[in-house]
Amino acid sequence: MRRLPRKDAVIIGLGWTGAIMGYELCQAGLQVVALERGPWRDTASDFNIGTAPDELRYGIRGELFVNNSQDTVTARNTLDQVALPIRKWGSFLPGNGVGGAGVHWNGHTWRFLPSDFNIRSHYLERYGEGIFPENHMIQDWGVSYDELEPYYDKFEYLAGISGQAGNIKGQIQPGGNPFEGWRSRAYPTPPLKGQHAQDIFTKAATELGFKPFPLPSANMSQAYTNPLGVTLAPCSYCGFCERFGCANYSKSSPQTTILPVLMRHPGFEARVQCEVVRVLKSADGKTATGVVYVDAQGEEYEQPADLVIMAAYQLWNVRLMLYSGIGKPYDPSSGEGVVGKNYAYQANSAVNGFFDNTHAFNHWAGAGSLGTTADEYNGDNFDHGGLNFVGGANINCTSFHARAISARPVPPGTPRWGSAWKKATRDNYNITANVGSQGSVMSFRDNYLDLDPTYKDRLGRPLLRMTFDFKPNEERMSAYVTEKMVPIMRAMGAKQIVATPKKGPWNVVPYQTTHNTGGAVMGDNPRTSAINKYLQVWDMPNVFVLGASAFPQNAGYNPTGTVGALTYHAADAIINQYLKNPGQPLVQA
Amino acid sequence: MSDERLSRRTLLSATTALFGLVGTADARTVTGLPYLGNEVYPPTQARPGPWLFFTADEAAAVEAIVDRLIPPDDLSPGGKDSGCAIFIDRQLAGPYGRNEGMYMQGPWSTSPLPTQGYQNQLNFAEQYRRGLAGLAAHVARNFGNRKVQQLSAEELDRLITSMEKREANTPEFNGSNFFELIYNNTMEGFFADPIYGGNKDMVGWRLIGFPGTRYDYRDVIAQPNRRYTLPPVSLIGRPEWDRPAASQGARG
Repeated sequence: MRRLPRKDAVIIGLGWTGAIMGYELCQAGLQVVALERGPWRDTASDFNIGTAPDELRYGIRGELFVNNSQDTVTARNTLDQVALPIRKWGSFLPGNGVGGAGVHWNGHTWRFLPSDFNIRSHYLERYGEGIFPENHMIQDWGVSYDELEPYYDKFEYLAGISGQAGNIKGQIQPGGNPFEGWRSRAYPTPPLKGQHAQDIFTKAATELGFKPFPLPSANMSQAYTNPLGVTLAPCSYCGFCERFGCANYSKSSPQTTILPVLMRHPGFEARVQCEVVRVLKSADGKTATGVVYVDAQGEEYEQPADLVIMAAYQLWNVRLMLYSGIGKPYDPSSGEGVVGKNYAYQANSAVNGFFDNTHAFNHWAGAGSLGTTADEYNGDNFDHGGLNFVGGANINCTSFHARAISARPVPPGTPRWGSAWKKATRDNYNITANVGSQGSVMSFRDNYLDLDPTYKDRLGRPLLRMTFDFKPNEERMSAYVTEKMVPIMRAMGAKQIVATPKKGPWNVVPYQTTHNTGGAVMGDNPRTSAINKYLQVWDMPNVFVLGASAFPQNAGYNPTGTVGALTYHAADAIINQYLKNPGQPLVQA
Repeated sequence: MSDERLSRRTLLSATTALFGLVGTADARTVTGLPYLGNEVYPPTQARPGPWLFFTADEAAAVEAIVDRLIPPDDLSPGGKDSGCAIFIDRQLAGPYGRNEGMYMQGPWSTSPLPTQGYQNQLNFAEQYRRGLAGLAAHVARNFGNRKVQQLSAEELDRLITSMEKREANTPEFNGSNFFELIYNNTMEGFFADPIYGGNKDMVGWRLIGFPGTRYDYRDVIAQPNRRYTLPPVSLIGRPEWDRPAASQGARG
């Protein structure tokens, strides 16, 4: 194994969190190396307009996702089952390469509600202990919305988010989300334009008493130059967003917001096709001394560093901690240990409406985040008294694509093939709309991550094992919110309505969402959390673990806005507190 | 710089730009933006010609099936004339047929849960080879010693329905698994970009009104709820663009 010269910081993974942290640390004068196991990717070569809109290549075969022969997870629903490997991604689609999942996301960019961060104490105070479901592990985040607000703002201005503010410094704004936490200023760019589906959703929902508002979007409504001097272009509503790279420079990603500056920074270098296999520790086990990585030729290198930043996708952060012996592994039988606990996901539902020929939805002219949302049944925006569940969901009507292989809705009972199928496919393709919900998933004692006892990756290391199912709490929440969505669809004028609330068992095949959370959760107590509010490992202070692995449970929103805010919050603490007194915990246990 | 470009090019052509990146690409250190002019990674265009994977008999059976899954009628050409069998053949001859990019290490469970997804030790190419052999034997047994391609449209529909409804599952031939496989690949072929050999002249896209890869619909967004009238465009343009200038219309 070759030992390389020491760096001030090594960053594992060069997606959103790695790029943000890399830039902040370089600006503070540190020498930083990022190790990325996937390939280099950039807009001109990899997301070229002549190759990017290719549904088979990217949408179906999944070229931008982690190659399953390089890495995957095993999955089961319950503790008594044998987990088997996910041989081809389905339910979720982890990104690969420079930019990570920030390349192929849709761009929904939310702030969580203030009460999402102190959910345990908030529900306890409002409803009492009886509201919490059996075997729950719901806990507060150890950080408040007010503390995170400046960092949400910073991420939104980095990414140029298009949206309509609902609450500026406590003043409710017309047309925005009246339930959102306060924000210090308006969004950097105005909302995207809506399609026909959003027009009739807005009308119907408003008549029913909802206060709909534009979905906050990382697809640009207009050209935008961010504080780093990087310019994004207006979105052209191409309909190839989620699962695809953007050829227009109009979807915020590390490539379109940070990398053009970071890659030229004298303090920074990236090494691609280099996979970190473990974090090295000092003899007393209290400090990380660097990492070991393997390059594509199988050569092993030791990269010493004073700071180790784990910035891989949620799943891989947790796995690397387990490999490296950082933090005590979680044991579901005793409930002890912290690494792997509180794995959560997202409980989404759908209401499909089939309309008549007076409607032309043209969803193929869509953007990843083109949509209208209503937040009345999200979080604790509604009275949970007597409802017997914790959590909620946002209700949305989006037009983000109508790609021909995957988006051909037909009414139930239609044959799957033959002339009758063909006619129904043609007739319904452009007259179908959807109202969806994006629901929270709480944490439970037996939804967790550990190392698989049987299956190995190509380097001989155990795969990560996922034990997860949707619990009655999430099924009740989804049934309740979905029932609220049906009248909206009826008022929109659908002739036939098909409602699909979320139900278990969780299945690895149909795509649901790439919002995997938890496993290395943050909190205010080292007994119940792996990292503190600054994402610093409690018992290894020179290691920081970024990303949605920090979420103690998941809220009814897409995670990226909160992931960005937590990263900036951690970067601020490292630069302004940690570096003045390196090696020390920023929070006393 | 040219060496670097060459190595990446070589890699990508060797894998038809789909998967297979693990272990072959060069690790490298990147400082600055390593952008190389005109560096893009297009897929290999499927061209008509001899079968690359199927035998003549297999191809005839597949053509017969795809032409019932998507029958020719007054709405569109059928699966055969739209190139679905060519699409499947080219896919099976490439990385997809070899399950490149999938996790294919054992042990292989004999009793996976319905929630655990794909757990088939055979790759897709092998599944077709065995599936088509099993289907041929099944048809010979049940349809008077004939071949798939010799069945009438009604007989084919009966056969496909029995596979779909799991009524043709025997120890030798898993008809429902094979139905799902060929069904999904047929739909992929009919609706994927024509660069892959199916959806000839964008017949699948014309059927439903998908405009393809135009990439800029700001004009559509400006006027919601209007029918779109421009013809579709694919990654290889439009068929009209290949014809002599005399018969060529405006590039809409």
